[in-house]
Amino acid sequence: MIEKTGVPTPQDLWKVFPPKERLEKGPVAIIECFQRIPCDPCYTACKKEAIQEFEDINDLPQIDFEICNGCGLCISRCPGLCIFIVDQTYSETGVLIKLPFEFLPLPEKGEEVDALNRKGEVVGKTKVVKVQNGRYEDKTPVISILVPKELSMEVRNIRLRKNND
Amino acid sequence: MHIKEHPILAFKRGRRVEFFFDGKKMWGYEGEPIAAALHANGVRVLRRSIKLNRPRGFYCAIGNCSSCLMKVNGEPNVRVCVERLEEGMVVGTQMAKGDLSRAKANPISSSGGGSGIRKTDIAVIGGGPAGLSAAISANQMGAKVTLLDRNSRIGGQLIKQTHMFFGSEKQYAFIRGIDIADILADKLDKEMTDVMLNATVLGYYREDGVLGVEENNRFTKIKPERIIVATGASEKVLAFPNNDLPGIYGAGAAQTLMNEHGVVPGNNVLMVGAGNIGLIVSYQLMQAGINVKAIIEAASKIGGYWVHASKVRRLGVPIYTSYTVKKADGRESLERVTIWQLDKNWQPLKGTEIDLNVDVMCIAVGLSPLAELLWQAGCQMKYIPELGGHTPLRGEDMQTTVKGIYVAGDVAGVEEASSAMVEGSLAGLCAAKSLGYDNGRFKELREEAINELMNLRSGPVSEGMRKGLEQLI
Repeated sequence: MIEKTGVPTPQDLWKVFPPKERLEKGPVAIIECFQRIPCDPCYTACKKEAIQEFEDINDLPQIDFEICNGCGLCISRCPGLCIFIVDQTYSETGVLIKLPFEFLPLPEKGEEVDALNRKGEVVGKTKVVKVQNGRYEDKTPVISILVPKELSMEVRNIRLRKNND
Repeated sequence: MHIKEHPILAFKRGRRVEFFFDGKKMWGYEGEPIAAALHANGVRVLRRSIKLNRPRGFYCAIGNCSSCLMKVNGEPNVRVCVERLEEGMVVGTQMAKGDLSRAKANPISSSGGGSGIRKTDIAVIGGGPAGLSAAISANQMGAKVTLLDRNSRIGGQLIKQTHMFFGSEKQYAFIRGIDIADILADKLDKEMTDVMLNATVLGYYREDGVLGVEENNRFTKIKPERIIVATGASEKVLAFPNNDLPGIYGAGAAQTLMNEHGVVPGNNVLMVGAGNIGLIVSYQLMQAGINVKAIIEAASKIGGYWVHASKVRRLGVPIYTSYTVKKADGRESLERVTIWQLDKNWQPLKGTEIDLNVDVMCIAVGLSPLAELLWQAGCQMKYIPELGGHTPLRGEDMQTTVKGIYVAGDVAGVEEASSAMVEGSLAGLCAAKSLGYDNGRFKELREEAINELMNLRSGPVSEGMRKGLEQLI
């Protein structure tokens, strides 16, 4: 279906999600890449060597969730902007998601924004915890947001509220 | 409207100058294309068609298609998508073919007749990713290069690619196209390569292998030992009623307007085509603050990379597969588009029409090689739909059927910029070697390039490409 809609199905997603036990242990990268295309910067971006070397540049990325510490260095290195960090241990009240966001204006720390799913639908509101926009991110800022646990595998984008009014 | 703030780009603009359009005073930035300045002032109708007096705007925005001809300072048939704005310019809507009788004589002068033939080892025609890579590799082997580009800067279409590239480190993966243009320009050996800008290669003379070149209104002749044609490709058009309305632009043209010249193409856009260009340009329109109402695709599947599709879907842009354009409407420029669904046999289904109120429609239905020089040189050409149209037959070393003429990049079959760069390197290496230049690493570098190309093309997304290439090499 993703070939018709651009939206991965639950079946697609199950293939790339870390096991529940791993999610419960702390931050981890989720690579939502489902198509064999010639691309490998995620491998070179990973300093922990959790993302394995590509034998064929068209391979799908293979990540060892036990080695990945969820540092997020891969987020702004993925030309497909399809890598997200999910940390279910972040706080009692919510799950931390780190996502790439290449739009202006950038949200500010503490700002309340709309949380969007993979279809761009508003599924709730969320608070921005951190905005990383340094030299490393190189114009692909990384935004950290806090969402309720039940939305942690659904929210993949944000929209600023003043834009929405 | 000019773009004020952009998440990726900072626009370097000239000073604000006044100019005149059909007697009305307007302002723009010195050095921006006249068409961009007019667009920023809300002018989209640039001329009237020859027989039916229909309004016309630009289509390609990079000097290929001649849809934008206007009268500038009394001279008709000026391509305003590439002609730069100067203070006090008098620009007028061109009616029909334009009138030359009142134009000031502005003859192209010759640079000194027969004796003025410039000699060079290799002439590289086109300074995009393929041409730049060709020049760099040829220099590396020891050959001198003359690099010709009809634009006022090198980089080709890289300079509007704000997204990160795919591929691996060797092809500058995760670096943005705009930055790759700078990297390649820096790598050029300034001692070994003579860069000629604003230089259009007008023709190739088979008798003596001379290239006729117009450079800033002067005619020059160049006699190279080898030629590498890296002229790129141009955007295809789509047939539907009123497809000539201003506001209907090539997707690359909208990209040029917003990313190179910093002018928004409109407010609401329909993107036609869900290949990589359609998907990427949709995302970039949103980055420039423009609303993309929908992306439609005649095929039953998205043709571009799924990650690009997911990126625009997360922004809330719908993608309709198996949909095409029924017609466009608007009085002087685009106001509304009607789309309808296609069945399995690509036949439109009555009753499935949807009207969309958009002022811009971007056509992203593929590119075709800009191969005029190859035809003229007598290169054997073959029609290969998978590669964008008529494509030159060539060997593994990128040499065409005419000895001494090499090709690289989209003109050799429309593909990604990453493979264009590798093809360019390969052509540069082989053309230099055929003249006896070798820094000792030819064999190794040639093999490396061939392997890189094979790897880039080995995946399922390159299946059509591979099928097409099999018929060429």
